[in-house]
Amino acid sequence: MQIASMHFKARAHDKLGDAQLQRNLSKIKGKFVNKRRSAIEELDDFEATREAARAIRQRVLDDLDVWLEIFEANARARGATVLWAATPDDVNKLVLEIAFRHGAKRIVKSKSMVSEESALDLAIEGAGLEVVETDLGEYILQINGYEPPSHLVGPALHKSKEEVSQLFHRKHGTPRKEGIDELCREARAVLREKYLTADIGISGGNFFVAESGSVVLVTNEGNATLCTTLPKVHVAISGIEKVVPTLEDVATLMRLLPRSATGQSISNYVDVLTGTKGEGEHHGAEHMYFILIDGGRTGVLASDVAEALRCIRCGACMNHCPVYQAIGGQAYGWVYPGPIGSILTPMYAGLENAHDLPQASTMCNQCGVVCPVKIPLPDLQRKLRDRAFAEELRPWQERTALRAWAWVAHRPRLYAALSKLGVRILRLGADRHRMIRRLPFGRGWTAGRDMPAPAGRTFRELYAARRARGDRR
Amino acid sequence: MAPRPRMRVGLFVTCLVDLMRPSIGFAALKLLERPDVEVVVPPSQTCCGQPAYNGGDRENAIALARKLVAEFEGFDAIVAPSGSCAGMVRTHYVELLGDDPAWRVRAEALAAKTWELTQFLADVLDVDTVPGRFDGTVTYHDSCAGLRELGVKAQPRALLDKVAGLKLVEMPECETCCGFGGTFSVKFGEISTRLADDKCRHVETAGADAVVAGDLGCMLNIEGRLRRRGHASTQVLHVAEVLAGERS
Repeated sequence: MQIASMHFKARAHDKLGDAQLQRNLSKIKGKFVNKRRSAIEELDDFEATREAARAIRQRVLDDLDVWLEIFEANARARGATVLWAATPDDVNKLVLEIAFRHGAKRIVKSKSMVSEESALDLAIEGAGLEVVETDLGEYILQINGYEPPSHLVGPALHKSKEEVSQLFHRKHGTPRKEGIDELCREARAVLREKYLTADIGISGGNFFVAESGSVVLVTNEGNATLCTTLPKVHVAISGIEKVVPTLEDVATLMRLLPRSATGQSISNYVDVLTGTKGEGEHHGAEHMYFILIDGGRTGVLASDVAEALRCIRCGACMNHCPVYQAIGGQAYGWVYPGPIGSILTPMYAGLENAHDLPQASTMCNQCGVVCPVKIPLPDLQRKLRDRAFAEELRPWQERTALRAWAWVAHRPRLYAALSKLGVRILRLGADRHRMIRRLPFGRGWTAGRDMPAPAGRTFRELYAARRARGDRR
Repeated sequence: MAPRPRMRVGLFVTCLVDLMRPSIGFAALKLLERPDVEVVVPPSQTCCGQPAYNGGDRENAIALARKLVAEFEGFDAIVAPSGSCAGMVRTHYVELLGDDPAWRVRAEALAAKTWELTQFLADVLDVDTVPGRFDGTVTYHDSCAGLRELGVKAQPRALLDKVAGLKLVEMPECETCCGFGGTFSVKFGEISTRLADDKCRHVETAGADAVVAGDLGCMLNIEGRLRRRGHASTQVLHVAEVLAGERS
């Protein structure tokens, strides 16, 4: 996917002014935040489960190469083929090779964020094959000219029912439907035909289980089950960090993933797919491929933000982020939005292409306290800020201002003299309500807010005067 | 029970309070000064280094952190009328200064005795009366660092409950960020303003006479947006000002 994260501010500006988007975003709290809160209250000990989940994911990262080799051996033993992709382009090449090998014409796909990294759908279409997204949200985006996703779990979260209704009417040439049920039925009818005639089914992978060589898919629509069992060929694509040691570990993580994501105690479907269809078995693909992508992940693993790889893609960080809630996911300009995206995007696509993202956070740490695998997101954002500062990626005005402030703050006498002068000058700029309406060097503030004026004397001046009077009250 | 030995407390006024609203510093002094507590205001104090720390200028952040450690490590406790600045010392200095073993030890020692003002009043001094009086309703905004770094939640409410005449009404989403975020408020002014606007709507829903907070950064942001919205009536006060009855 083309990265547009350097236009973050301009995109955020557009999104803030998009009335329909703002109405859709305002539903996040009811849909996700409140439901999650109720769902975790059901757990006997959320914090203990969270710590266990953190430990499982960290154990994987500590010996990632070993767990991947175990996974590979067990998957092969069950008849699957394990392929490794160093880059997003390699993912596309491998998928097309598989498609040509099996003479495929039509490919159905269930949700895979990783495939967005490589714009896989465009590569498939470019090779003259048909690809159909079957996750309802992804389908909506696909038929709307491959609109970028705005959320990990609900990629079309920014769309209203009315917008979808209009889109279906236009693209399917059917009469306009009003109700959500009717719209779902229409999509289902279109998609059912595709499943039955597809040559290949592509899925993502929530977890790859090392001990059994299985892939675990967590969905609500049942589309992944159809994608992975009806066509003769199943290709599961995900990042190398998605491996977990055991099925027992999956059980622990599943106590948190649906709860954190959608506030469900369990998702509607959990598929555990192991190996190809054996003799006498009725279900399963005849050919099973796993494509595991690096795509910058080993670089993250070796960096000081490696903890970000614990992510299980629940989306809770963005659901709870006040910045995300205000601007939505598309403003972030790449595959992964919100707090986790502010780490992954610069790491996968280059900090120089996305250095606004780690800055676009108030560091309120609402994300950190809800993350089910305890990724310290603001701390990781700060590490990327360190790097951006050291590599001089930030605007010179910002760097100079930070340095000047620190330089003065390190010299108390100068600081006292300059602040004494500064507060008097600022005080002069205040109106009769003691508000400064416009700051020449602080337009970012005063464009939308007044600045309450300083009192006109610093604390240290007043305190010194009080001490001189001998007033020790 | 034997009387508690006199405690020497260093007041970290914070740079924002020093520059913008000294009344908060004097209110903190008034609340802290009692027969068993000696309050000292080290004159060379400036800034805890948070702008540099969060801006990626680690070198300067370390320099300012070391300066503050040296200024305050001699006291029995360091108290700041700010969850953000107290949180900086308490939860970030060890990481920031930790590469040098000698400084790590000093940072750990200081972190362990650093308190946000209401935390110190309620949890350490165990105060049962406060001098302030406020005839009206207030709503309390939980600032992010105070709440999520230090666990400041019950203390300001318990203390406000002791203010004669005061009635506390909660606003919706009192724990949601106001959008200040230090330099974020200028770098991403438009988003910051939007978050402040959401906060103002919640303040208005509560319909209190004053919105009270423990951090001047949040206060400037909330008051700035309230006034720009044309909302002139709701006062924006620091919890220390209300508790001490000392206002700007």
